[in-house]
Amino acid sequence: MKTPARAHPLWVAFIVHRVSGVGLALFLPLHFWVLAMAMTDPDRLDGFLHLTENSVVKLAEVGLVFGLVVHMFGGLRLMALEWLPWTPSQKTLAAMAVAISFLIAGLFFMKAI
Amino acid sequence: MTLGVLKVTLERSAGLEQAATVFEVPAYENQTVLDVVSWVQQNADPTLSYRFACRVGMCGSCAMMVNGVPRWTCRTHISKVLDGDAVTIGPLRNLPVIKDLVVDMDPFFDKWVAAEGVHHGALTRDDPIEAIDEQSDARVEANAGIECINCSVCYAACDTVTSNADYLGPAALQRAWTLLNDTKDDGRAAILDAVSDKGGCHNCHSMGSCTVYCPNDLDPMSAIAGLKRETAKSFFKMGR
Amino acid sequence: MLNLRLYMLQRITALLMAPLVLGHLAVMIYAIQGGLSTGEILGRTQGSILWFLFYGTFVFAVSIHGAIGLRTVLHEWVGLKGTALEAVMWIIGLGLFTLGARAVWAVTFAQGLGA
Repeated sequence: MKTPARAHPLWVAFIVHRVSGVGLALFLPLHFWVLAMAMTDPDRLDGFLHLTENSVVKLAEVGLVFGLVVHMFGGLRLMALEWLPWTPSQKTLAAMAVAISFLIAGLFFMKAI
Repeated sequence: MTLGVLKVTLERSAGLEQAATVFEVPAYENQTVLDVVSWVQQNADPTLSYRFACRVGMCGSCAMMVNGVPRWTCRTHISKVLDGDAVTIGPLRNLPVIKDLVVDMDPFFDKWVAAEGVHHGALTRDDPIEAIDEQSDARVEANAGIECINCSVCYAACDTVTSNADYLGPAALQRAWTLLNDTKDDGRAAILDAVSDKGGCHNCHSMGSCTVYCPNDLDPMSAIAGLKRETAKSFFKMGR
Repeated sequence: MLNLRLYMLQRITALLMAPLVLGHLAVMIYAIQGGLSTGEILGRTQGSILWFLFYGTFVFAVSIHGAIGLRTVLHEWVGLKGTALEAVMWIIGLGLFTLGARAVWAVTFAQGLGA
């Protein structure tokens, strides 16, 4: 890191948001190109999809999903911070409410499928 | 009564002759970072340039980078920043260095004006003095930012200022937010235009270094968020 | 470097995408169970106006969002500016949209050449 002396939680959140965003933007063309094979070359697409059985690819997928989720929540956090003129304690409560809702909905989802 | 020796490294500008950069400074029980710099200038190297005036945290002229962090040196006790017995002191970040620890503050103040951080009066001396409701929401917002001493610590702390030359920076934008909320100021349209321009509040990434390092505990990040809110409202209202 | 209009576009596309991302995550978690195959994906999406609208909107929003985001990063971390910066933003945006629209078409209404 260029400036570890001034690292603090919100600064780290900024770096995470930026790095995940760039990562997703670089992944998207590949994602689109592979999916479009459904039209041009379905057998090759199947070949690519079979790659997802590979544990290294699986790990990369987990990384991408994490990047997507962390970018989304980081972005929602940013918009809440910018557009909702809340006090810090209200923000903490709201974040907790969202987190707990997701936990419960996630549990429900895991049970349901 | 000295309590040992401090190893002080000064990040000095390259001069014609080799200026010393590492000094051994006697440690005292009560000693600010500014005291340390002054000791060097008075006892070791009279050619050292640095800037200070009030020594009590009001004038905003003595800010420097201390171990990579921007601080008001007159109100920072050396024991708070020492790394063992060593400390590195440099000129403020994000501003051109004039010599040694002195930076050119012009870009900082130019941006203050560019953000419309000037008084926009609507009344004359013949008008009655406006009654101010100290409890109103707008006044509370305005009061939150008025203790800024223009020390440029937030400007030096901000990475967006480093990487985006046009960006007006936290202090100037906080001033714009303060004036926007001040009923005595009549520059609403001019301020909203100024902070919506290419160097305006929308370049802020809310990394919050301004708020973390402000020596007066002000909150420029939230002030800039306020500007984003107001300009977003004006976006929907005026469709610009 | 970012003016009000680009900022608003960035935020509006972000808000638009938040529910789409959640939907996409749910589909992914559902779809990867038992492995992925072309047949399974196409079975879900082919001929579906709903999936076409869902992923079509997603692609449209992400093209704008990604182009503005990369514009900021390229200015701040690479030093690109002026006309070059504007041009690169448009190339990224149109490129993402073209590739994305082609992918959405491929899994919804295209009659596969080899299928």
